[in-house]
Amino acid sequence: MNKTIKIDGVEIPFKEGQTIMDAALAAEIYIPHLCHKPGLSPHGSCKLCTVDVNGRAASSCTMPAAEGQEIENDTPALNEVRKTITQMLFIEGNHFCPACEKTGDCTLQAIGYHLGMLDGHFPQFYPRREVDASHPTLVLDRDRCIMCELCVRASREVDDKDVFAISGRGTKRHLIVNSPTGRLADSDIELDDLAAHICPVGAILIKDHGYEVPIGRRTFDLHSVAETDLDEVILTKARHHDEGDDSGEKEGGVYGV
Amino acid sequence: MTMTPKPSEHLLHALHAHQQQHRFVSDQAICDIASRLNLPRAQVEAVTEFYSFFHRTPRGRFDILFSTCSSCGDLSLKQMLCEKLGINAGETRGDGLVSIGEASCIGMCDHGASMLINGLPLHSLDGERIGKIAELIEAETALEAWPAEWFKIDDHIQRADLLLKEPFESGAALRAVEAEGADAALEKIRFSDLRGRGGAGFSTAQKWQFCREAEGDSRYVICNADEGEPGTFKDRVLLTSYADAVFEGMALCARIINAKQGYIYLRGEYRYLLESLETALATRRQAGLLGSSILGIEGFDFDIAIVVGAGAYICGEESALIESLEEKCGNPRIRPPFPVTSGYMGKPTVVNNVETLAAAAGIVIHGKRWFRGAGTWQSRGTKILSVSGDCAKPGIYEYPFGITIQDILNQCGAENTQAVQIGGPSGSLIGPSKFNHHIAFEDLATGGSFMIFDNSRDLLEIIHNFTNFFAHESCGFCTPCRVGTTLLKNGMDKVCSGHGTAHDLDELKATAALVSRRSHCGLGVTAPNPIRDGLKHFLELFEARLLHQEMEPEFNLDASLEEARQLTNRDDAEAHL
Repeated sequence: MNKTIKIDGVEIPFKEGQTIMDAALAAEIYIPHLCHKPGLSPHGSCKLCTVDVNGRAASSCTMPAAEGQEIENDTPALNEVRKTITQMLFIEGNHFCPACEKTGDCTLQAIGYHLGMLDGHFPQFYPRREVDASHPTLVLDRDRCIMCELCVRASREVDDKDVFAISGRGTKRHLIVNSPTGRLADSDIELDDLAAHICPVGAILIKDHGYEVPIGRRTFDLHSVAETDLDEVILTKARHHDEGDDSGEKEGGVYGV
Repeated sequence: MTMTPKPSEHLLHALHAHQQQHRFVSDQAICDIASRLNLPRAQVEAVTEFYSFFHRTPRGRFDILFSTCSSCGDLSLKQMLCEKLGINAGETRGDGLVSIGEASCIGMCDHGASMLINGLPLHSLDGERIGKIAELIEAETALEAWPAEWFKIDDHIQRADLLLKEPFESGAALRAVEAEGADAALEKIRFSDLRGRGGAGFSTAQKWQFCREAEGDSRYVICNADEGEPGTFKDRVLLTSYADAVFEGMALCARIINAKQGYIYLRGEYRYLLESLETALATRRQAGLLGSSILGIEGFDFDIAIVVGAGAYICGEESALIESLEEKCGNPRIRPPFPVTSGYMGKPTVVNNVETLAAAAGIVIHGKRWFRGAGTWQSRGTKILSVSGDCAKPGIYEYPFGITIQDILNQCGAENTQAVQIGGPSGSLIGPSKFNHHIAFEDLATGGSFMIFDNSRDLLEIIHNFTNFFAHESCGFCTPCRVGTTLLKNGMDKVCSGHGTAHDLDELKATAALVSRRSHCGLGVTAPNPIRDGLKHFLELFEARLLHQEMEPEFNLDASLEEARQLTNRDDAEAHL
């Protein structure tokens, strides 16, 4: 007998040890998320995947699935909460979508569209954050960092390095580089590291390859984030998408093959 | 076998020691400390920047932090000292003599306005004392030569009951456990219905039982002495005058759950207690009550080490505390798993409040009815309250649970009370209509903070102060709390400066609800409480400060159209609003 949970009234099976998010993705149910990536340890920090489990708020990416859970997910009220959280992420950083190389490929932007976000709602914080362009092939633009720590985890868990960390407290939180000088150039990050490619926003970008896919033909120009985040994700050290011939993966939202 | 009570040099201690000598932690120091402790450089940098008491730019030889607490702070005195010394707040004077900044509540709320100077609490500040301090600093008089009474900290025990009245005999609880067995001792605690004194009120016996039964090759006992809730200072008093009972409670817990090592996580503001606590631990070791073969019992090995924090309220959250003990930033962990199954170093761990541990020791010594006889049906025993603010006799009051707010106000000599903050900013703000309520888990739960505000106070500014506190102390791990607490602060800035409208109150309410419901840990869940309670019970104070009560235009729009109607010779319905 399969164990099941109910998401928005739909019964779906789960295996022992799965989180609500795991079970939902396996059943092709989309729960909005930013800091979660199957294959990396769950983090539970962005809170976009917040759901109501038997009336209580929980992060679906960290909450273990358990028999008897009745979960609200795709409801107007919860999507409104998620929209507000997305607005919070926009206004605490410096996100200028039209001028960003990542536009159309940016998950934060895609989530904004998905949730019907039309403005930032809150006054901008306009923080001053440092850009690190020291690395020959990568650039770190902290203005766009949303503190999801995907790069931190990818570096540790997949690349077997420890390139990134989060420093500071509260709104002073910021991404730092684990190198003797604190500069990316002096770290051991390499272009084919997953950490170099996993950023859901435009905080970590590949140099010299801007605007190769025209705006209008980018991932989220063609697909909703609700589709791409249900695709199978295979986490390996990635080859740069321009290396070799089969460079079309980017459109499918696949992070390396 | 020799026990090694102290772990190898702890990162927080290494950073503190370095800063004592060099007055800040430079990039080079971060590299050096990282390589010496064999830690990633980024971890050392992150920790340095997470904790308020570590500085990345040089501080003055006299480094002053004024408490921002509404009970032990007075920022007008900060301004006065800044002017006298010719320095801007937050800066270090050009000659490197002095720097002046701020700290969250330093736990001196029964001693009046206070500051930390080179880490030492200096209390009872007033204009006159500020003048003398300025002179002593300008003369570069060493702190040792300053008047000793400025630094003398009293217990101010105004009412003692079960815990504070009984004389404590070292080793009595441990001998009782050996006489009757660990199971019976645990049963006594269970029967007493002791619940966690930090405020959350989880059953102590159940916590110990869970930890005892959890799988693991080692277990830990941690005493949470990170008393950071503004207005709380009862753990300061327990650690000053009842430390032995707290150690005994830890050893008792260790015996029951089978732990070999315990830690006291002492808040950085109480570093001045470190020496006396270490001495007391040494005395216990000499008496055979700590170390190997306690009471001469083969296999009963347990020791306690002290780790001192560095200015981070969030480390009072048990999983953040454990992260901090593990030399990391104090970010609360994902739960489950809970510390009882996966705590310090991933091992089953009991984290208990100072008062809880002292009470557990008392229960085992005095028998199961001693504690259960006091209090209410759902809240057994007594609770130690830290009473501060506008009253004649601030200090420590131990009451059986169930006492009413009004009774406490009467006994501490509070008059014309406008409001009381129960359990600190993360607790509840109540007005006179609720003064007939009781201190109890089932009514007004509290970790011990009891702040009184009389009619002379600007309550809106108090709420503003608490809101600033949470924005400052949010670890920033999750979006709702990181961004939301700052949005709430900005909203209160606007309202308090007289620029708010009714719309801003609606915004505050909506943001407060989201932060409270969607945050990762208790800090975010409770951070909006002052605003939410304020809007609920003291709405008129907010409204009185608004720029507009509602979107009512200043003039009558329809009447002002009269001239146009006359000119066009119309008076039909379409010509009216």
